[in-house]
Amino acid sequence: MTTLVEPSIEVPAPAKPSLLARWRNRRSADPTPVWLTVVGTFVALYLVLPTLIVIPMSFSEATTFVFPPRGHSLWLYRNFFTNDRWLDSLRNSFIVAACAASIATIVGTSAALGLHQLRGRRSARFMQSALMFPILVPSIVIATAVYISFLRWHLVGTLAGYVLAHAALATPFVLATVTSALGTFDPTYLRASASLGASPWRSFLTVTLPLISRGVATGAVLAFVTSFDEVVIALFIRSPRFQTLPVQMYNSVVVEIDPTIAASSSLIVVTVSLIFLVALLVNSRRTSRPGSANNRRSVVRRTR
Amino acid sequence: MTIGISRSSSTGPAGEPTGKGAQIRLESITKDFGLAHPAVDNVTLTIEPGEFMTFLGPSGSGKTTTLNLIAGFESLTSGTIRLDSQDVSTLPAHKRNLGMVFQNYALFPHMTVAGNIAYPLRERRVPKPEIERRVAEVLELVQLQGRDKHYPSQLSGGQQQRVALARAIVFNPRALLLDEPLGALDRNLRAALQLEIRRIHREVGTTLVFVTHDQEEAMNLSDRIALFHDGRIEQVGSPENLYAEPETLFTARFLGDSTVFALGDQPVTGPVTWEDERWAVDSGTVAQRARSGGPTALVVRPESVGIVRDRAQVPSGANSVRARVRDIEYMGAYRTLLLAVGQEGITGRARIPAADKNYALGDEVVAWWHPDAQRIVAA
Repeated sequence: MTTLVEPSIEVPAPAKPSLLARWRNRRSADPTPVWLTVVGTFVALYLVLPTLIVIPMSFSEATTFVFPPRGHSLWLYRNFFTNDRWLDSLRNSFIVAACAASIATIVGTSAALGLHQLRGRRSARFMQSALMFPILVPSIVIATAVYISFLRWHLVGTLAGYVLAHAALATPFVLATVTSALGTFDPTYLRASASLGASPWRSFLTVTLPLISRGVATGAVLAFVTSFDEVVIALFIRSPRFQTLPVQMYNSVVVEIDPTIAASSSLIVVTVSLIFLVALLVNSRRTSRPGSANNRRSVVRRTR
Repeated sequence: MTIGISRSSSTGPAGEPTGKGAQIRLESITKDFGLAHPAVDNVTLTIEPGEFMTFLGPSGSGKTTTLNLIAGFESLTSGTIRLDSQDVSTLPAHKRNLGMVFQNYALFPHMTVAGNIAYPLRERRVPKPEIERRVAEVLELVQLQGRDKHYPSQLSGGQQQRVALARAIVFNPRALLLDEPLGALDRNLRAALQLEIRRIHREVGTTLVFVTHDQEEAMNLSDRIALFHDGRIEQVGSPENLYAEPETLFTARFLGDSTVFALGDQPVTGPVTWEDERWAVDSGTVAQRARSGGPTALVVRPESVGIVRDRAQVPSGANSVRARVRDIEYMGAYRTLLLAVGQEGITGRARIPAADKNYALGDEVVAWWHPDAQRIVAA
């Protein structure tokens, strides 16, 4: 092929494509329409902006809510971290969220495993829907029900009361994430581990749990956040002795007109974002590990 | 070579030495899922210690269910399973001490090759130095030295199946159960791994139960084949036995090709008639199950069939039938003539030398065979 002598004919250089044409070429064969990008951007801003407005406001010097914020100072943050009412409610929220998330993670994971065993049966589908109820029912309805029953059981205003109510609310999130993780779990692994001498409990610890850990962890984070920002039930069962952060924030606006809420809101926004960012980073690191299933297999397939 | 996995130091969980592999006895076992037919229907079979037994059959014939019953993944509807006279019918899978290899390998994706192979030893609380030694030995046995730190997804299908095999034999199980282990591999790899499995079976000497739907694979590998059909065992025997002396039409058709002449209910002790042909019968070729009455069929293997142009060329004493060449398949080493046989035009097969190009589509020929090369089976 290389020995072929090209007759020297003057080939006209191809006209340089216009900028627009080059831009079109760079886009894929089935490009995202421009209007979709524009609409998408607006929706994203609409969702995020109100949350972000609170951050500049938290650095304001003003003692009332004003936007745009006046001056810049850290006095709201100083206020937050020196006031016992704010600190106590923050600590309460953390304790409640941690306990509720633990319970929800254990209950939700167990429920997902059990329902996975029964999958395909009508009773399993019915129970799955029943366990999803707390997400579907308006929270004010749940709050009323919780309040009435907790009054009778003397759980109003107690740590146990908050934890139980929030755990029930958060369980469906764990159930959903673990169920979806189990969707890609090959049940043959459990036959393999059994044939290799592992009891069902050992199989769960050494095979199932590591393989669905991502779903469990995602569920636990969602459960924690659900409890941490829950306000409706918390308002019903609050007591002067025990308040969570969202209730304190509600009070500070409605009763005290205290701008410290801007600082606490900013802290919550940043904390929650950090939690999700870390979860995201850990996940992406795992998928790019050389031993990780999907990306490696695709490489093998390509080289064959 | 003696196998490096030291048997002297290893004992099963019950404390008994594993020796050469267990005898597996299935005593009229039945598994009924509540469908139209039981998946496994009153199967009785004894698999001898150290034997290579293949469960062969079409899909849905009950071979995999039988294997799962032995492994303990399914519970028996009725019957008894014994390992060396110990009744294991209700023993959970993880206490049976049987090694299992799955079609999709079922290697744990979150563990390395070494981690996977060490798994059964860790579950048995084998001391760490011994785990390392035995993992290294078994990696050598399956010729995967140096791959211990890889993850399963970094290996090819054939390598993954070797790891699965290593994991299933490293704890000296009482028997090795393989469920279509080569089903997901391509043809060349299958052949290589068949050799490998035979070698490993020879070296380890364990009882081995191999499930496949591939008759060629079954013939290549097995000491004995149990042919499954509709939840029952149609016939058990060595590959030669099943191929040369099928008892039923199903067996004759499932193993190898044959031309089948339905004989109806006529007696088969003397000469038989088919259409207007009359054929001699060698009493040694009549299957036991064809002697007791009921419909029978005469089957002939393609390699036993000769082709000539007219009746006069048929050797004396041979049976013959008119046929027309319908198609010719070139198979490399030989050619197969596809024939339309008799007035009815049933499909027949004859094998002729690859160099023989004397026949063309539509040719009228005579197919012949010796009476001792035919077989009369229950239809």
